[in-house]
Amino acid sequence: MNPVPLAIAEENIPNAGKAARRRPVRGSRPGWFVYTSLVIVLGAALFPFYWSFLIGSGDASTIRDPNMSWLPGGNFIANAISVVNDPAVNFWKALWNSIYSSALIALSVVFFSTLAGWAFAKLRFRGGKWLLVFVVATMAVPTQLGVVPLYILFADLGWTGNVGAIIIPALTSAFGVFWMTQYLQQAVPDELIEAARVDGASSFRTFLTVGLPAARPAAAMLGLFTFVSAWNNFFWPFIVLDRSDPTLPVALSLLQSNYFVDYSIVLAGVLLSTIPLLILFVFAGKQLVSGIMAGAVKG
Amino acid sequence: MTSTATAPPSSTERPQQPGGAPAPRDPRRIAFGHRLSRWDLKLSPYLYISPFFILFIVVGLFPIAYTAVISFMDWDLVRNSGTFIGFDQYVYVLTQPKFWIALRNTFSIFLLSSIPQLVAAIFIAAMLDQNIRAKTFWRMGVLVPYVMAPVAVALIFSNMFGDKFGLVNSVLTDLGLPPVMWHSDAFASHIAIATMVNFRWTGYNTLILLAAMQAIPRDYYEAAAIDGASKFRQFFAITVPSLRPTLIFVIITSTIGGLQIFDEPRMYDQYGTGGADSQWLTITLYLYDIGWGQWNFGRAAALAWILFLIILAIGVINLLVTQKVVRDEGRRDAASGRQRRAAARAARRDLAARATDSTLETPEAAR
Repeated sequence: MNPVPLAIAEENIPNAGKAARRRPVRGSRPGWFVYTSLVIVLGAALFPFYWSFLIGSGDASTIRDPNMSWLPGGNFIANAISVVNDPAVNFWKALWNSIYSSALIALSVVFFSTLAGWAFAKLRFRGGKWLLVFVVATMAVPTQLGVVPLYILFADLGWTGNVGAIIIPALTSAFGVFWMTQYLQQAVPDELIEAARVDGASSFRTFLTVGLPAARPAAAMLGLFTFVSAWNNFFWPFIVLDRSDPTLPVALSLLQSNYFVDYSIVLAGVLLSTIPLLILFVFAGKQLVSGIMAGAVKG
Repeated sequence: MTSTATAPPSSTERPQQPGGAPAPRDPRRIAFGHRLSRWDLKLSPYLYISPFFILFIVVGLFPIAYTAVISFMDWDLVRNSGTFIGFDQYVYVLTQPKFWIALRNTFSIFLLSSIPQLVAAIFIAAMLDQNIRAKTFWRMGVLVPYVMAPVAVALIFSNMFGDKFGLVNSVLTDLGLPPVMWHSDAFASHIAIATMVNFRWTGYNTLILLAAMQAIPRDYYEAAAIDGASKFRQFFAITVPSLRPTLIFVIITSTIGGLQIFDEPRMYDQYGTGGADSQWLTITLYLYDIGWGQWNFGRAAALAWILFLIILAIGVINLLVTQKVVRDEGRRDAASGRQRRAAARAARRDLAARATDSTLETPEAAR
């Protein structure tokens, strides 16, 4: 019971106490209060998903039923099918548009950000510092400031309604450049670049052989973030895309625009459109988490 | 270029082939290679950053300037050009009662979402900062809402906050409380919309704050514990003050995002107009309505610039506050950065000078 002899006992027996048990004062395991709070937080984070499944698996009357059951009904598949087959929604087209536009945007942002980040972090050139400040400053410019002329521009080109109109403006990102600059600055020792130079590698070859491999962890996180935000983006796609050729968020918005809104179908559609990202999260969530945590230290 | 050497210039970049005799090399080719690699060194940085800047000029800078131009015009959609009318569009927007309602709503929703969100995020981060089991599981758990599209979140919550059959109201009436008119009452609708924002972003901010918390030296807590400070005392005396720079970062980013809110209020009801009495009309929603509902691009552009100026003003205020609050730390950081770089340079020079010296006791290794 007395902690001191216990600690001594652990010291005396080799490998008896695990490393975790020998941590300092704050390292002791927290009590029920912490776990209870975390369970509540997690419940709040997951409940809306369950709720949409609950309503989405019922029928139009479920939502008005005062004695609604907390167990899901059996209509989810049927509701999902009616979302998928709704001619006003174009679900499959929206899914495909979302997948390829988000993937293209993520790939492009990762490549160009790594390239620019490499230049800002590791190459010396006149005005580099100021240009980087400029890049960071552009992050504060709201999307709304450009939408009117961009719309006119794309209308002139005949591109309104085309997914290209949402891909082109998103091909690079100021945040990405800043993120890669921060990362590459500390990830690559200057000696490595000098060594490559001495070996006679061209500037671009140095980037390919030294910069790109070193950037991989940060690039993976940037790619994930870009993909998620491109996937969820709504304002600009909603303005520029046709209802016949939408992305998923735009298609979702159409579910609610009927005169009579059947919430069981709407929420089945919500869940259906969220499943791809949930799958992505299951496989890449750890990266996303550590990405947010890594970004914050430098921010 | 008159050189008779016909080897492609790229060959000069390649490392010398093993076994190839270096002696018969044409001196001019070396000079060309030198010049090439000097140009390579000088130009490539600009080449590498150019994709960002070119695209930014086309889809960022040009539209911003063009928005300014359009905002002084009466834009004709048919001719696709405008006639100059000065500040009339700005005057029009600023004299609309709807604009001021939208401004009020935007700030109300922004405050209702950012303040509880930050408070909750700090406390959840403090929980996660304990030596809990299954750390990654909890961290991932709080982030799940972040992957859901705001549109999807809005559809779920607008259903839960339904006036007649919503979950929240049925719970309230079960508890014997009067139901709240989440859609017709302005303030209630702001709370509902802020809840959607909080749902999606609290976990994200929690992780940012958690990262900052983990950077706090554990010795501080040990010292405080020895001095007899309780957990709560430690939290308010050590954790919260150490988080200040990160908090400011989070506040600035959430301000920029919060003032542009569109998705959630747009999807809050099926009409997407911000309510019958503009109860939850936000500035961006108003901008969309002017631009693509009424098809008046001049007014929409003027409103876009007004929004930008508001964000800019708040950004400047934020910056001033930031400088005041974290100035000391920033200076210390900058100085130490410079010192570190100077030390590194000195060490490198030292290393070069003693290139033949094989001892490991270089200043860098010593550190």
